[in-house]
Amino acid sequence: MKLTGAQIAAECLIREDATIIFGILGGAILPFYDTLPQYPQIRHILVRHEQGAAHAAEGYARATGKVGVCISTSGPGATNLVTGIADAYMDSVPIVAITGQVARPLIGKDAFQEIDITGITLPITKHNYLVPDAASLPQIFKEAFYLARSGRPGPVLIDLPRDVQTELAEFDYPSQVRLPGYRPTIQGHPTQIKKAARMIAEAERPIIISGHGVVISGAYEELLNLAETAQVPVVTTFLGIGSFPQSHALYSGWLGMHGLAWANLAVSGADLIIAIGMRFDDRVTGDVNNFAPKAKFIHVDIDPAEIGKNVKVDLPIVGDARNVLSALNKLITPAHHGEWIRQIDEWRREHPHTFTPSSGELLPQFVVHKLYEVTAGQAIVVTGVGQNQMWAGQYYVFDRPGMFISSGGLGTMGFELPAAFGAKIGRPEETVWCIAGDGGFQMTIQELATIVQEQAAVKIAIINNGYLGMVRQWQDLFYDRRYTATELSGPDFVKVAEAYGIPAVRVSRSEDVEAAIEKAMAEEGPFLIDFRVRPEENVYPMVPPGASISQMLEMPKEVGICHQNRS
Amino acid sequence: MPSKQILVVLVNNKPGVLNRVASLFRRRGFNIESIAVGLSEQPDISRMTIVVDGSTGKLEQVRKQLDKLIDVIKILDLGADNAVVRELALIKVKATAETRGSIIQIVDIFRAGIVDVSSDSLIVEVTGDKDKVDSLYNLLRPFGIKEVARTGYLAMNRGNLISAQEK
Repeated sequence: MKLTGAQIAAECLIREDATIIFGILGGAILPFYDTLPQYPQIRHILVRHEQGAAHAAEGYARATGKVGVCISTSGPGATNLVTGIADAYMDSVPIVAITGQVARPLIGKDAFQEIDITGITLPITKHNYLVPDAASLPQIFKEAFYLARSGRPGPVLIDLPRDVQTELAEFDYPSQVRLPGYRPTIQGHPTQIKKAARMIAEAERPIIISGHGVVISGAYEELLNLAETAQVPVVTTFLGIGSFPQSHALYSGWLGMHGLAWANLAVSGADLIIAIGMRFDDRVTGDVNNFAPKAKFIHVDIDPAEIGKNVKVDLPIVGDARNVLSALNKLITPAHHGEWIRQIDEWRREHPHTFTPSSGELLPQFVVHKLYEVTAGQAIVVTGVGQNQMWAGQYYVFDRPGMFISSGGLGTMGFELPAAFGAKIGRPEETVWCIAGDGGFQMTIQELATIVQEQAAVKIAIINNGYLGMVRQWQDLFYDRRYTATELSGPDFVKVAEAYGIPAVRVSRSEDVEAAIEKAMAEEGPFLIDFRVRPEENVYPMVPPGASISQMLEMPKEVGICHQNRS
Repeated sequence: MPSKQILVVLVNNKPGVLNRVASLFRRRGFNIESIAVGLSEQPDISRMTIVVDGSTGKLEQVRKQLDKLIDVIKILDLGADNAVVRELALIKVKATAETRGSIIQIVDIFRAGIVDVSSDSLIVEVTGDKDKVDSLYNLLRPFGIKEVARTGYLAMNRGNLISAQEK
């Protein structure tokens, strides 16, 4: 029996177990939406802006490891997805974006709501398709999902002309893909792995840098095994947070521009870097010519193009982190690096990560610290971008894998709320906290309506300092405090939340923080807390742009709560 | 040509693939010296011959990034020594009754051809490596060049056959 293109698309989604889709409809995708009632297994979630659909799909994918799906109409619907697609591209998140397109005879005629979305998304997708006819749909969907989730994951876009959705074709879902131009290397080369084992055995000051790739491939056990057997301290990248338990004795912080001081010092002092599933981003390396100057580099990554792109590597291993580590662990001999670990401990004592609890103004660090305490470290934390993001990374302790979700590479303000919503949809049994800044929150604030509509119990903490805080910090430190355009008026967030039907409180004093968080946790549905924090608090440490990561601006040494410690 | 590198790239013969390749070069900051695209021995596969400036030390990145494109099936890095490299050029040169004979003489020496004649010009077709095309061009220049069209290189490894099946 023949099906319409729209029915075929729905059938394909079901075959790919992609039955939760986030989107907004419009003329060019209407035939597909008209088919949805025939497929009650598919849960469509109506968002309030297509950017929210893309971020929700990302949040869903990052929280579950499954492919997230977002859908929009042509033209502005499609262009509104672009930021979320770019975000997924930068952070290797598997999503499939489906866009409506004008009917085939109208393509190229500047028709109403026509836009060349495959052209626009060429540099920000792993691959994309303009569907030529309904008969091609099964193959295209099969390939799209396979490409999105395999190898180095990433976004794939399917542009679906309106008349293809109504065209009839036979539906036969292919069991496999044939992509001669796409054969990701999964297994590491045995000779290279042997060499790596030798280099690790010979190193005196080895350190592992664990990145997002470890999270994506689920290599937690293998990483733990390697670190413990060879007694190698582990630092993570920002997106690698949670890939190694942060209260483990070998955990040595996360590195980079706002990384912890002793993590940056440890990397700078190492004689061997074992980089796994990370890409030496400029926010990680600082001045790349002075990055880990004493070290040899082993670089494990599934994407060969990442190896040698930013730093010279002594030993490349192309492969999936989990496979490579599991093969490597068979060759690793138990070792001790007591002196090296003691040295890192000493750096930690000399550069404690602290803040001084203030009796006056509420400190953002304290808010995050309390969130950690009250949730007992068991929440999925989804952050915005900027100061709130760095404090979330610095003061929440992540011991479980896959609990930290943030926009790393693209640094997308407005990511937090829709991504937190997507994460909650994907893992409803978990507590999900959205840590937002007052700037980013206003960029996708309309998704509060989606949260209420879907009864998603997302807990929201706005770190409200009345500034675009991270930019203000740069102006403070590097532009003689000329606060051009960073002061930001916001609405009364409590009233806004209440207008959407979400209970909310405002907190301005340290002594009220705990009770407010407890109230939020006790609430069955969503809850919002507007934390009015000290406006000009800066994030420390900070590596000034262009400097080596061993040269950090640090907070004045004061005694306070310090809990990114070894246990 | 020590600083120039020739990449032969076999790609799916589909709409938009040239754009994917060209766009990649642009956004990664790689320079294309010349690019020639046409059919290969298989109807569903096109063959691109791309000359890039290899002196930037970026060639390895170019290759790896190209390899990530799903429509790229195989990439060959051809050294000038073991490859046959050819370019075709059409040169329209001013020709009067007095100069026509000299021009034809030069063209004959280069084993090039005259493919169009008019009262005041000739179109010369020449095939060869860069040196040959450049030399002929330089010899014709004194007569007055009106137009030049060059294809950029086509290249093929000597002897050992390559197949699109392997990558």
